[in-house]
Amino acid sequence: MSTPLLEFDAVEKSFFGVKVLKGVSFNIPEGGMVGLVGENGAGKSTLMNILGGNLQPSAGSLRFGGESYAPQNSGDAARQGIAFIHQELNLFPNLSIAENIFLTCFPRMGAIPLIDRTEVSRRAAKLLRDVGLGLSPERLVETLSTGQRQLVEIAKALSIETRLIIFDEPTTSLSERETLQLFALIARLRSRGLAMIYISHTLADVFRLCDDLVALRDGEVVGCGPAKSFTSASLVALMVGRTMTQLFPDRRSSTPPREAVFEVHKVRRIDVPNYVSFCLHQGEVLGLSGLMGAGRSELARVLFGLDPRESGTILLDGEVIDSLSPRDLIGRGVAFLTENRRSEGLCLDASIAENLTLATLAEHAQNPLRWLSAKSLQTAVSNIRQAVGLDSKTGDGQCVRSLSGGNQQKIVLGKWLLLKPRVLILDEPTRGIDVGAKYEIYRLIQELADSGAGVLVISSEMEELMGICDRILVMRSAAIVDELGRAEFDRERILHGAFGTEIAR
Amino acid sequence: MTIRKPVAAQRARPFTQWLVGLISSEYLVFGLTLLLVALLAPFTPGLVSIANLLNIAGYLLPLFIVAIGVTLVMITGGIDLSVTSVIALTSVVGAKLISADGSATPTVVGLVAMLALGAGLGAVNGGIITCLRLPAFIVTLASMMFLSGFAVWITQSKNIYNLPASFLALGKQLSIALGLTITLALCVQVVLQRTVYGRWLYAVGQNPTAAYISGVPVRAVTFAAYVVSGFCAALASVMLSARLETGSPVLGREILLDIIGATVVGGTSLFGGKGKIAWTFFGVLFLTVLDNALNLLNLSQFAITIAKGTVILLAAVLDATRHRLGRQNA
Repeated sequence: MSTPLLEFDAVEKSFFGVKVLKGVSFNIPEGGMVGLVGENGAGKSTLMNILGGNLQPSAGSLRFGGESYAPQNSGDAARQGIAFIHQELNLFPNLSIAENIFLTCFPRMGAIPLIDRTEVSRRAAKLLRDVGLGLSPERLVETLSTGQRQLVEIAKALSIETRLIIFDEPTTSLSERETLQLFALIARLRSRGLAMIYISHTLADVFRLCDDLVALRDGEVVGCGPAKSFTSASLVALMVGRTMTQLFPDRRSSTPPREAVFEVHKVRRIDVPNYVSFCLHQGEVLGLSGLMGAGRSELARVLFGLDPRESGTILLDGEVIDSLSPRDLIGRGVAFLTENRRSEGLCLDASIAENLTLATLAEHAQNPLRWLSAKSLQTAVSNIRQAVGLDSKTGDGQCVRSLSGGNQQKIVLGKWLLLKPRVLILDEPTRGIDVGAKYEIYRLIQELADSGAGVLVISSEMEELMGICDRILVMRSAAIVDELGRAEFDRERILHGAFGTEIAR
Repeated sequence: MTIRKPVAAQRARPFTQWLVGLISSEYLVFGLTLLLVALLAPFTPGLVSIANLLNIAGYLLPLFIVAIGVTLVMITGGIDLSVTSVIALTSVVGAKLISADGSATPTVVGLVAMLALGAGLGAVNGGIITCLRLPAFIVTLASMMFLSGFAVWITQSKNIYNLPASFLALGKQLSIALGLTITLALCVQVVLQRTVYGRWLYAVGQNPTAAYISGVPVRAVTFAAYVVSGFCAALASVMLSARLETGSPVLGREILLDIIGATVVGGTSLFGGKGKIAWTFFGVLFLTVLDNALNLLNLSQFAITIAKGTVILLAAVLDATRHRLGRQNA
């Protein structure tokens, strides 16, 4: 192995006193392809944010091309020739392909500060040929498919002197054909001597593409070496660790089927061809699995009246609900924890107490003037704080922005638990929160189900669903394609359903 | 909605800590008003005299009443630029109704009509903003121009005099205006602090999406804020018209920026989610006293306007600084 292109040396990072990276060290060789794997929350994103200059390490250092490298912002990383291809693409849909590619460095007409249009078209056309995208550079990005947009991102990365490309879950929203095209392109780029970091949950792809693998768990490198020295099973074992069995509270043994509490009958959202029907029972934790873009969050938003529904009926306790709006549904005891807690779940500049009670204020104002009873509010807040296990160091008046992700999520969940919901829909309830807080969230979900409510959990973490659910539905292309009872839980079968293909081994 | 004690300050040096505490204090503007008076009083004969205080109060009360309504709107993250045109239109409509030159209807009917018209115009603003989902800035800008033009048109640009004595009495007695203002201010503050509606109003301003998902009737809450704003403007119009003994189509034309400026100076955020009636009072008091003191110093109106503009800019900087301090300590 020649001199490494990029070296991580004992990189550490803490947020709010919680260490999310605990001395990460590994190398990327010149022209090498390294796969980075780990569960959500293992520290992959944090590490890549440090590499991209969005975050600064608390300790440790990076070396790039043999020189010390400490980027302060994303511009520093770009100047060094480090390009990111993100899950969520960073293109401007209202601009053309060529404009997107050259946004930060338009070719000029010599000394005159005017954009050289012919040069732009010529270079853009060449870049598009390089990535195998046979489209006019003048096309607006909004008319492109996700896969095509990704190719534009790659073309953009190639437009500057890029030495390292980071792919972050590049295939999650691609069709099979687009995925194969991407892999072919990656092979071509490698032959040019570009180094790459490939982050993915799809282990088969990682084995197929990468020379070396780095496995992260809880902010530590738990495995590092040539891809050949690992197997799928050994890699999963490394990523999950021995603590796996303690990650979830014990799910009580299967209970006899109970009454349906929430029935969804042939519900279809606008612009989508497929219907969804399922039934959520009292006391049941029902999981909704599938890939990103399978339509799980979209379904939940339709069920909660946030997005319009094309057709179909929804029954609560056997009664048809005609008007779907958050306000009506909350009145009937249906609650929805959205996947974006900061933008949709919380008022970040309001206090803990204000956030906790927002959905249930009317209960504390049972009088004609809607006068709030401070005492009743206070009781509710302190009860629910205890129930969700919120750190007692924080005061009720503290602003929610200053709390960790885990505590913020407990507050959103606490807000809904105060409603004593009949049905609770949770979309990615443990995204971006630490292991301890995750356990607490799981415990609260179990307790709610045990009290007779129906809980629908959407999650991209399969282990999570297998750990806490009684039943799992698998979604693909906005339709439910498989259903598994607790006894039948099987990683491979779920993936099979989610991908709609036999998984390569 | 109290200003939070910054945590990081505890580690900082005493002076920095003191400074951070000062900037974050909700009484900062009130303190600055007292400081202003203390500094200028020796050079400004008559600043601290009974006559001048009454003069200040007479100017301040209507301004404060309008600002109360604007505060509610700004807490939702909106803005109401139409308030001064509502003042003008309700003034001429009310005067036309009750004037001996007009239809000479009983004063009470005229008063009710003015307040109802104000609330109704607010409802139109709020209705357009919430139902058509348009930006408050452009909607109220348009209604400001429309209503202002309309007020001039229906009066053919003439003032309306000969208002009945029962109406003028409202302007002669400062105690009536004072009583009304205090009652209104207390009521609104209590609503903000102690009712479901108040909590909803802040939630809508802080994060409308989260509020909607939590079952807050976001549109109704926003709509109501504009209705209150229109009502408050009409109430201020009653006081101003009675004091000037005129129904004027240009009434209040010059106070729009004072109203919004005073609300911001008090600490209500232009970004929504933050604001208190007491803060707005401090802001109105500060701007009024500044205006009055500079007037007594015989500064030209231009110089006064420049001074007020500077103060409002400083207040915006202060708001941004507080915001940043709050985040840093997060």
